[in-house]
Amino acid sequence: MVVAEVLGDGSALDAGNTAWMLVSASLVLLMTPGLAFFYGGMVRSKSVLNMMMMSFGAMAVIGVVYVLWGWSMSYGSSVGGLFGNPVEQFGLKGIFESTPDGYVYAMSEGLPVIVDVGFQVTFAIITVALISGAIADRVKFGTWLVFTGLWVTLSYFPMAHMVWGGGLLSGDGPFASIAEPIDFAGGTVVHINAGAAALVLALVVGKRKGFGSEPMRPHNLPFVMLGAALLWFGWFGFNAGSAYGATGDAGLAWVNTTTATAAAIIGWLATEKIRDGHATSLGAASGVVAGLVAITPAAGSLSPLGSIILGVVAGVLSALAVGLKYKWGYDDSLDVVGVHLVAGLWGTVGIGFLATETGLFYGGGVNQLVVQVIIALIAVAFSLVVTAVIALALKATLGWRVSEDAEVGGIDLAVHGETAYETIQQGSVIKEVRA
Amino acid sequence: MKLVTGIIQPHRLDDVKSALEAAGVRGMTVSEASGYGRQKGHTEVYRGAEYTVDLVPKVRIEVLVDDADSTVVTDVIVKAAQTGKIGDGKVWTVPVDDVARVRTGEHGPGAL
Repeated sequence: MVVAEVLGDGSALDAGNTAWMLVSASLVLLMTPGLAFFYGGMVRSKSVLNMMMMSFGAMAVIGVVYVLWGWSMSYGSSVGGLFGNPVEQFGLKGIFESTPDGYVYAMSEGLPVIVDVGFQVTFAIITVALISGAIADRVKFGTWLVFTGLWVTLSYFPMAHMVWGGGLLSGDGPFASIAEPIDFAGGTVVHINAGAAALVLALVVGKRKGFGSEPMRPHNLPFVMLGAALLWFGWFGFNAGSAYGATGDAGLAWVNTTTATAAAIIGWLATEKIRDGHATSLGAASGVVAGLVAITPAAGSLSPLGSIILGVVAGVLSALAVGLKYKWGYDDSLDVVGVHLVAGLWGTVGIGFLATETGLFYGGGVNQLVVQVIIALIAVAFSLVVTAVIALALKATLGWRVSEDAEVGGIDLAVHGETAYETIQQGSVIKEVRA
Repeated sequence: MKLVTGIIQPHRLDDVKSALEAAGVRGMTVSEASGYGRQKGHTEVYRGAEYTVDLVPKVRIEVLVDDADSTVVTDVIVKAAQTGKIGDGKVWTVPVDDVARVRTGEHGPGAL
């Protein structure tokens, strides 16, 4: 009999958990097209297609890169606690093996590792797609595609390894002697990482023409709300899926996710009502995302009551933070910094106050809080530096900006050769030339 | 009285509006238009099939003015709308026989 050479712990398949993880992976994948709608509705009608294409472009590049070296760099043997060995499991080597009796799969605690690969690739895709909101309307599509491949390789995979793959910021790292760092589903890896990268890109790429003087209002708020709804739905895979099984922990993460998100809507809308006089649909959709972001690292270690506090604070903080770009003059077009960096930082640090086992408010002392602040700051610093290097290198080589004419006339037409809407209604003016 | 009509690039509208306001023009009518002059349309591609769109989106601005102001207003629009490229548009002036203000019913220059 042929014994297949596969990695893993050789455990028996747990069909229930495996089923849930396949569903979770599918849910998280849906988040990226959802994000495309969320972002697409927020830009002007002349650039909605480009905005959505940046999300689909991230799916294209990272869907390929992940099976080549992404998995290996995230979960392969550690190189200095910083990243996994990219060649060790290149092309998913060792994850499954072909035998005369069919495929044999590496197992990890009852779950085929190949299912975990599917789950993890969706996280990598959405993280990179999130960044695109900072550079709406003005970036060469080719440069963006190259950026997605470079950034996911140099920033996302190392962060995933450091936090989840047994690296520096994990329970196996040096800070675990103070308290075990908690990042349940990606406060540091996903949201702080993407938010800090967004800040760098907004600064390196520069402002849109007319930023701060011309009106740049969202062209389709129902799209934004549809996108927020899809993100919320997909986030159940993100958070409840991060329990790695069809378990009570998954149920708790599900309830915490919804509770915090609901509370964040209230926090955002109340802030708007008091400050601006109106509770807006854009505010509600933004509150959804702020709440989802904040609860992401915390969904496994808070009570639903703690989640209410975490969510409300996230909604208020992000609602206040999105105005800073006008004050400080950086064109983070769709508020990736204000929502993902700010709520991601709060969610990661908030665990230190609200974790039911180790949080300050629950008598757990300050150790958890200290560790959470440390991993949040390291994540910010890492992402800022890595992103700056990539962004400046691309600026000097491929260049980031489309021409001013293309930007003013509409990037959809200039870059993609399409327009989202028929603006000339008279008909008969469009004639087919070549099919 | 004169009617000054400008067909301009849509992205110049904000600048034109501000310039007219700065020049003391208190009201205007703005509408979306499409057409072409020397600037021909553009090509779009859908699944490999190429479509030529002849008409280009433009914005039409209409301002009613006293006879004495029409040259000034025309110049203000031209200056603010100008980029120096093909497709910047046109501005023309036509005489207006009468104007009535709907709210008060008054006629003539007083209704401007």
